Amino acid sequence: MSLELVCPAGRQPALKAAVDNGADCVYIGFRDSTNARAFAGLNFDLPGTAEAVRYAHARGKKVFLALNTYPQAANWPRWQEAVGHAAEAGVDAVILADEGLMRYASRTYPELRLHLSVQVSATNYEAINFYHEHFGIRRAVLPRVLSLPQVEQLVQHTPVETELFGFGGLCVMVEGRCVLSSYITGESPNTAGVCSPAKAVRWQQTPKGLESRLNGVLLDRYAADENAGYPTLCKGRFDVNGETYYAIEEPVSLNTLELIPEMMRIGISAVKIEGRQRSPVYVKQVTKVWRSAIDTAQRDAEGYAVAPAWMNQLNKLAEGQHHTLGAYHRPWK
Amino acid sequence: MKAVSMKPTLGPALYYWQRDALFEFYERIAESPVDIVYLGETVCSKRHTFRLEDWLEVAHKLSASGKQVVLSTLALVESESDLKTLRRQAENDSYMVEANDMGAVHLMSWKRYVAGPHINTYNSETLTLLAELGAQRWVIPVEMSRQMLADMLTGKPQGMETEVFAYGRLPLAFSARCFIARHYNLPKDDCQFRCIDHGCGLTLKTREGQPFLALNGIQTQSSRVYNLVGELEDMRQLGVDVLRVSPQPFHTEKIIALFLKDWTTVCPVWRLHNRWPG
Repeated sequence: MSLELVCPAGRQPALKAAVDNGADCVYIGFRDSTNARAFAGLNFDLPGTAEAVRYAHARGKKVFLALNTYPQAANWPRWQEAVGHAAEAGVDAVILADEGLMRYASRTYPELRLHLSVQVSATNYEAINFYHEHFGIRRAVLPRVLSLPQVEQLVQHTPVETELFGFGGLCVMVEGRCVLSSYITGESPNTAGVCSPAKAVRWQQTPKGLESRLNGVLLDRYAADENAGYPTLCKGRFDVNGETYYAIEEPVSLNTLELIPEMMRIGISAVKIEGRQRSPVYVKQVTKVWRSAIDTAQRDAEGYAVAPAWMNQLNKLAEGQHHTLGAYHRPWK
Repeated sequence: MKAVSMKPTLGPALYYWQRDALFEFYERIAESPVDIVYLGETVCSKRHTFRLEDWLEVAHKLSASGKQVVLSTLALVESESDLKTLRRQAENDSYMVEANDMGAVHLMSWKRYVAGPHINTYNSETLTLLAELGAQRWVIPVEMSRQMLADMLTGKPQGMETEVFAYGRLPLAFSARCFIARHYNLPKDDCQFRCIDHGCGLTLKTREGQPFLALNGIQTQSSRVYNLVGELEDMRQLGVDVLRVSPQPFHTEKIIALFLKDWTTVCPVWRLHNRWPG
């Protein structure tokens, strides 16, 4: 069975890099807080979205649009309009998180294909089937908390297609169920489309080392020979019972190249690459590796083996320069 | 000013306590003046000192002493056995259920239920949908600001009760990973139930010693105790109906009593210290 490769694009050059290097679908967002990568200078305005759709469709590829934050009472119309803009632009699917917005989209644009965002944190088939029955959801992006046997069990009990995260930055928390960023900065992925927002970050060189703070809270301190990563608040080093360590998560990337044949056997429809905030070069290289790997597995799943060159290439691009199978591999938990 | 008084509720116990301690805790609660009690394991399905049968036994006793009992469901329902427990909760005829994920809403649809704090309800359209499917009460997400809540309450469905988490360490995140097991260098599958040693979570501090978060198995909480007892009059005016006190290892009944008092008539600016005892 075929496995679609879904790649990220934060700007036009990344979209072209993804399409030109083997993505089946590219996912993008509008230039505001209607999506969970609401970073300054990133994302697509309306003409840009139309151009993205033209470019991808001309080459037989699809564009998905993420509207995966939660509209609030005061700003509901912005999300509602965004659904309309997406439908007019001719995107192939919108990726939604909010139930109210799903109902609006399914009633107003019945032809528009709806996908369930990872932000929904639908961890079981009863939840996914709820969205299918009420809003005709066609595909669910599964939360990165399930082991592969749990994924298989889920797939067997739902008519909804499933998409799994394959590569990229790893949220150790369940997306959509984490408001740590809100607790410290007042803004979270759910409400503002950002986690540990850059405007709340301060770097300071001190006699003890380079310190990163989020709204005043010390997240980490780096010695001269240590690489300092972006201060996402769950990836800092903290003190628990007198021991200082990565108490929640090390900076690490998810990489599931070796699971491709298993994903195909289970009946997964698509594999998703994280990183709309990353560069076109990153998108190009990751897309190329995953295209080769999926093609290899589709030619001969039994004889499939991860090529060392793929792994070397991906490790160079990975956050923290190392990777994990995450929750798909149970001992990680 | 709205004359209606707010009710305190006792939320589900978030920590892993010894079996005897839990029974004893709810015996004391049966004698306390709280009207509504939420029961059930919401954090980790591996916690096994209390099974659904035990929760139902406590539910029966509390109900007999005049409490309204609500059965709370797990926030992260993953395995078939989690779903089995969920179905048994949903199929019970005696008690309302607090749904903490949309799988639970699916199974509870068209029955009376509470939309719990782990359902992402941020706008009136979603709240209306939940109401149409049988929700009688909703618990606001802990990150909802006062202004967002005020906006929600102007457009809320008729008859819908609004509940606010008002006392306890704030439940902020869930994960696939168990941070207590990680602290003890144990795999999650062999966690040895070390949560039981941390009756109100394990405090995580920054590298300069500032208490920051609290680890509670797969759940992460604030290290500081959230306390809205100083905001009672404001919440009453906003139209909040119900205030949730989260079960504490100590003094839970006294905290409930504080929320029952009309402090505004005693001292309008009275505040409890937001400090964890000890």
